Amino acid sequence: MFDVLEVAAARGRPIATADTRTLEVAGALGALFPEGGLRRGATVEVTPAAGGGVSLALALVASATAGGWAAAVGLPSLGLLAAAELGVRLERLALVPRPGERWAAVAAALLDGVDLLLLGLPGRVRAADARRLAARARERGVVLVALAADERSPAPAWPEPPDLRLSVSGAEWGGLGVGHGRLRSRRLEVIASGRRAASRPRCCTLWLPGPGSVTPAPADVAAAGTGVGAATSLAG
Amino acid sequence: MRSLVAWYPDWPAVAAGYPPDVAAAVIHANRVVAATEAAREHGVHPGLRRREAQGRCPALVIVAADAGRDARAWEPVVAALESLTPAVEVLGPGVAAFATRGPSRYFGGDEALALRALEEADRVVGYRGCRVGVAGGRFCASLAARLGDGAGGSGRAVVVEPGASRAWLSSRPVGALGSQYEALVDLLIRLGIRTLGDLADLPAKAVLGRFGAEGAEAHRLARGLDDRPLAVREPPPDLCVAAELEPPAERVETAAFAAKALADELHRRLAEAGLAPAVVIVEAETEHGERLSRRWRHDGVLSASALAERVRWQLEGWLAGPRADEGDGLGEAAGGLDGRGAGGVEGPGNHGRPTGGLALIRLTPEGLRTRHGHQLGFWGGVSDSDARAGRSLARVQGMLGAEAVVTAVIAGGRAPDDAIRLLPWEGGAIPAACDRPPPGAARGAHAPGVRRRDRHEEPPPWPGRLADPSPATVHSQRPGAQVQDGAGRPVAVSARGLLSGAPAALSVNGGAWQGIVAWAGPWPLEERWWDTGRRRARLQVLLDSGEAHLVTREAGRWWIEATYS
Repeated sequence: MFDVLEVAAARGRPIATADTRTLEVAGALGALFPEGGLRRGATVEVTPAAGGGVSLALALVASATAGGWAAAVGLPSLGLLAAAELGVRLERLALVPRPGERWAAVAAALLDGVDLLLLGLPGRVRAADARRLAARARERGVVLVALAADERSPAPAWPEPPDLRLSVSGAEWGGLGVGHGRLRSRRLEVIASGRRAASRPRCCTLWLPGPGSVTPAPADVAAAGTGVGAATSLAG
Repeated sequence: MRSLVAWYPDWPAVAAGYPPDVAAAVIHANRVVAATEAAREHGVHPGLRRREAQGRCPALVIVAADAGRDARAWEPVVAALESLTPAVEVLGPGVAAFATRGPSRYFGGDEALALRALEEADRVVGYRGCRVGVAGGRFCASLAARLGDGAGGSGRAVVVEPGASRAWLSSRPVGALGSQYEALVDLLIRLGIRTLGDLADLPAKAVLGRFGAEGAEAHRLARGLDDRPLAVREPPPDLCVAAELEPPAERVETAAFAAKALADELHRRLAEAGLAPAVVIVEAETEHGERLSRRWRHDGVLSASALAERVRWQLEGWLAGPRADEGDGLGEAAGGLDGRGAGGVEGPGNHGRPTGGLALIRLTPEGLRTRHGHQLGFWGGVSDSDARAGRSLARVQGMLGAEAVVTAVIAGGRAPDDAIRLLPWEGGAIPAACDRPPPGAARGAHAPGVRRRDRHEEPPPWPGRLADPSPATVHSQRPGAQVQDGAGRPVAVSARGLLSGAPAALSVNGGAWQGIVAWAGPWPLEERWWDTGRRRARLQVLLDSGEAHLVTREAGRWWIEATYS
């Protein structure tokens, strides 16, 4: 009986258009994604956390909190002031800093309600847990962003191949001298690789945080290459 | 109306915890407002200046007046009197009155009732000090209680015979009318009317014509009549609903089914009373007496089924222990976790898996107020996605406890971790919508040190705070660090805030030395000198690996406070 109703409800649901299937990301970040934005239901892994990955993840969270809800699980050390500076609306970001052993159950419950889930991964993630969470995210249309909670652990964070892997290949701070100045801006080189449409690696250079303002912006025209050229030069 | 007045002499002193044999005085605005009997024997009386009171009685204990404390301490006495009759009026802290007609017939006469009331009040307070008066009117009864030596009673309980109130009052001075008639009493004395009997003998019309409404009121009191009927305290309606499960429920489904019926019943009762609760407390008890109680935000917007859902989540988290999420599509994963956790895993809010089935579920509404309904806004308001997010967050709160789900509010501060305040999520059924302050801000108003602020308002300036951009990782457990200069000497910060040498290498947690390619600082920070005190010096360092840290020196040691990750 209920199966029939569910099928009927699925048929009655309006067809999702392209703009509702993706979350719009700020400025230059769009170049990282084949769809121009975060596809709902995708699993994104950000590595490594230390060299700019947390800021990159927070920039993705900002895209979700603009019109929806986001949650961060298992990240007790998240810099929330930096999050606010990167455009995250803190009142739409729920935090579960210490979910304990039941982090997978907590994450699964949150996948029902939010648009983006930032998951700080505990030391070791079982492949079965990862598969189920990814499947649930896909079913609910939630972007799952996985981030290694302990940035000093060298282990691969997400045991499954994610839909998109954003890896920071280079970071360069500006503004700090020897005994003077202060940290002002960071040039971040990010490589996006993944499955299906994202299987061709894309490279992008961003200011994160940028000079003057902290919204991500392309570094310059020459460096913001998106496509084969940049990717092959990187491979070589 | 025949009334009983129970009066406690020097109630503010009694409420502060001083029996009559200790010389103590309650002071407000440098004047004595109440003194114990021992203090009065030394000549300390209300109205005296503090210094003079201390002069008369050097051993005097001085207590600051606190109206809240007086009222709070009086409440158990009123509750004890309510065991005699339900309709008790609180005339003020230390004075309560009730009509005697019913209770005195039940207890066998006014005398017996008065003694019973004395006993009840003294039992609560802990020593014999209460005084009781019974008379034809409240004024007469309270006067009888205060003066103590009436016609028909002895000791602390005075009963004025029915119909004898006017005669009993007639010999009392007009000053007994009380301080609110001070000007009138003064005038009456100057006119030669010295006793209440003199006043009562005047014709009512003439008193009204000469002294106005106030005079007419005093005239009524002098004749032993009441100025107004008793305004009795209404006992709050008992809206708590409970169900005993027989046999005890072993499965969440069974308990949740009972909870649905309970929630329906609670909502029916609330609707009858036209009330909406702010919070519903869900209590569950097992057959072995283990309890779990949790408060759920209601605000009058939860439907019965939504409330039942919350009961279910709470019971799932408890009854199923670590296997809380059975049946939500992740059963196998959770089963795996359970295998690893070996049943001993407890969330921060969990009390461990109970040993028996659930025997009792109780729903108690709290913070009742008149139900005004819930008007949805035309624009904005709570959208579907807001409601969905609120539901799933409430569910996680059911698993881990309310304090495990937090939201951040920018509070202002100099250190990166000071500037953010984490508050338990309380969006519950209605998460932040456009026309409501965000849940964090709403809570922030009550949290100490957080000023209520509009979301769009700029935070106040904090001189000495770190400039943008802020570090993306603020370590919840700061790793220790060591900093050394080019010659290998450890770097220190002098009292004047100067470095002993240029930092050249950094070691985190005793690890390998990493070269410092750029640095700035030290930026000193000295705050809270009036409290615990905190002296820090902060340094931004950029390592050759490309990592940037905020390094803090405090109490002679270096710490990695935050990382620009």
